[in-house]
Amino acid sequence: MNSIGEPLLKIDGLTRRFTGLLAVDSVSFEIASGSVHAVIGPNGAGKTTLFNMISGLLPPTEGRLFLGGAEITRLRPNIRAALGIGRTFQNIRIFGDMTVLENVMTGMQPRLGVSIVATILRTRRGREEERAAQAKGRELLRLVGIEDFADRIASTLSYGDQRRLEIARALGGDPKLLLLDEPAAGMNPTETAALGTLLQQLRGTGLTILLVEHDMGFVMGLCDRITVLNFGRKIAEGPPTAIRSDPKVIEAYLGKRVAERLMAERASA
Amino acid sequence: MFDITLPLWLDDFLWAYGSVVYGLGVNAILGLSMYVVLALGQLSLGQAAFMGIGAYTSALLTLKLGVPFPLVLIAAMILPALAAFVIGIPTLRLTGVYLAIATIGLAEVLRVVYLNTDAVGGAMGLSGIPEKASFPVIFGLLLVVLVGLLLALRSKVGRAFEAIREDEDAARVVGINVWGYKLGAIVVSAALAGLAGALNAHYSSFIGPNEYGFETAVSILSFAVLGGVSTPLGPVLGAFVLTALPEVLRPLHDFRLVFNGLIIVLVVIFLPKGMLGFHVRRRAS
Repeated sequence: MNSIGEPLLKIDGLTRRFTGLLAVDSVSFEIASGSVHAVIGPNGAGKTTLFNMISGLLPPTEGRLFLGGAEITRLRPNIRAALGIGRTFQNIRIFGDMTVLENVMTGMQPRLGVSIVATILRTRRGREEERAAQAKGRELLRLVGIEDFADRIASTLSYGDQRRLEIARALGGDPKLLLLDEPAAGMNPTETAALGTLLQQLRGTGLTILLVEHDMGFVMGLCDRITVLNFGRKIAEGPPTAIRSDPKVIEAYLGKRVAERLMAERASA
Repeated sequence: MFDITLPLWLDDFLWAYGSVVYGLGVNAILGLSMYVVLALGQLSLGQAAFMGIGAYTSALLTLKLGVPFPLVLIAAMILPALAAFVIGIPTLRLTGVYLAIATIGLAEVLRVVYLNTDAVGGAMGLSGIPEKASFPVIFGLLLVVLVGLLLALRSKVGRAFEAIREDEDAARVVGINVWGYKLGAIVVSAALAGLAGALNAHYSSFIGPNEYGFETAVSILSFAVLGGVSTPLGPVLGAFVLTALPEVLRPLHDFRLVFNGLIIVLVVIFLPKGMLGFHVRRRAS
């Protein structure tokens, strides 16, 4: 286990070019172990593309990725999951036809070591593993607060509970780094507050969290560090207080003229 | 080893309807072979080709080398499995209709190869294959395959299959080796199709190059579509219905096949998940 402060993930000059579009343009930053780090930026800034490259769904055009010092740039997503990268999606992607508990147990797949043949033939070890996985699954559902729905079909859950389930599924893989793509999107203020509590609790267990989020209040209250992207480039990075007053960030969100007026008002005040 | 004495009524019945009854068992195994790939959401239509490899392998081993039947069956599974492994590596990047076309192509290539190779009988095919696939052998193997797949479905393997079918990218990021499962599925599917081919060769006593082409591929697909792929029981039921139907409908004479087609159309419209379209629950231990 890394001690707090050492980089768990190092992003080095990561670039992704789609035909005629630089979605992510040589972005570099580090995520300290045990921290909550946010990536913010206007729509189309390249946040989700960055996430897809970190989780391995999209190969980078250029640049390298390191997890705990070891290069993972060319590894397949399932290997990265086994190494400790878990994620959720912006548009919830749970397995809708499975039960809630099965979803979480599917998330444990890289941690289930008994061979396929032993599992199918239901050897004692296979059955024990399955029982242990069920117990751990229920525990994770309790952690995110949806244990009462364990046997429901996942697609019948409410929107907020589906988001919680997706987090529980990601936790099933025992990640070191949890990537959350707009976890508070579409949530009401009560649900958002509960999510904030959950994430604080997870950080308390030593989990490192990287999140993309639009809800500024949520981000400011939760994060240790913020990286700001605009048009695929990193335009700022720092603690929430510094980012809040960074003219480049205000400009990216509100446009140049509004930003200049705001800065002028602040200067005169 | 397989010399089980059958009751007299069954013996009589098999004498009259043997080929249909044996066909039920073999087609059910083919349906299960299709199930293994469809359960991953892959439209691979190589089953007929793999069945052909199994049939030719088994017939040649029996006729030319006199290899004992159990070994023949094992070889008839291993060879198609190897072929699937080699073919799977480049084609598994394909999805949907592209995979279907690539795998259908395989059947056509093999048909031409059989047709032009004198050592495998050319256009005449291979005949005089001893009828070694008895009722207990066929249905015993069907049972073993069915139970094996049901057990797999209710384990973590079943969860991985369903995850891949529902959302491949989500399955990837939760750590499922999607590529490995796909390759494993096509290999197992090919082994089952090869087994069915060998059994078929050893009860019909004749095989020919045109038996393992496009038409057979589509028939095998229709077993699975009719029965549904929510459970392995679906393709078995689908194979039973589509194999027995032409016999049951014999009084309709030339309209039999129209009826066959009509039933498939009706099932697709009214039961899009197949005749057995329910959700199968997995339980631990």
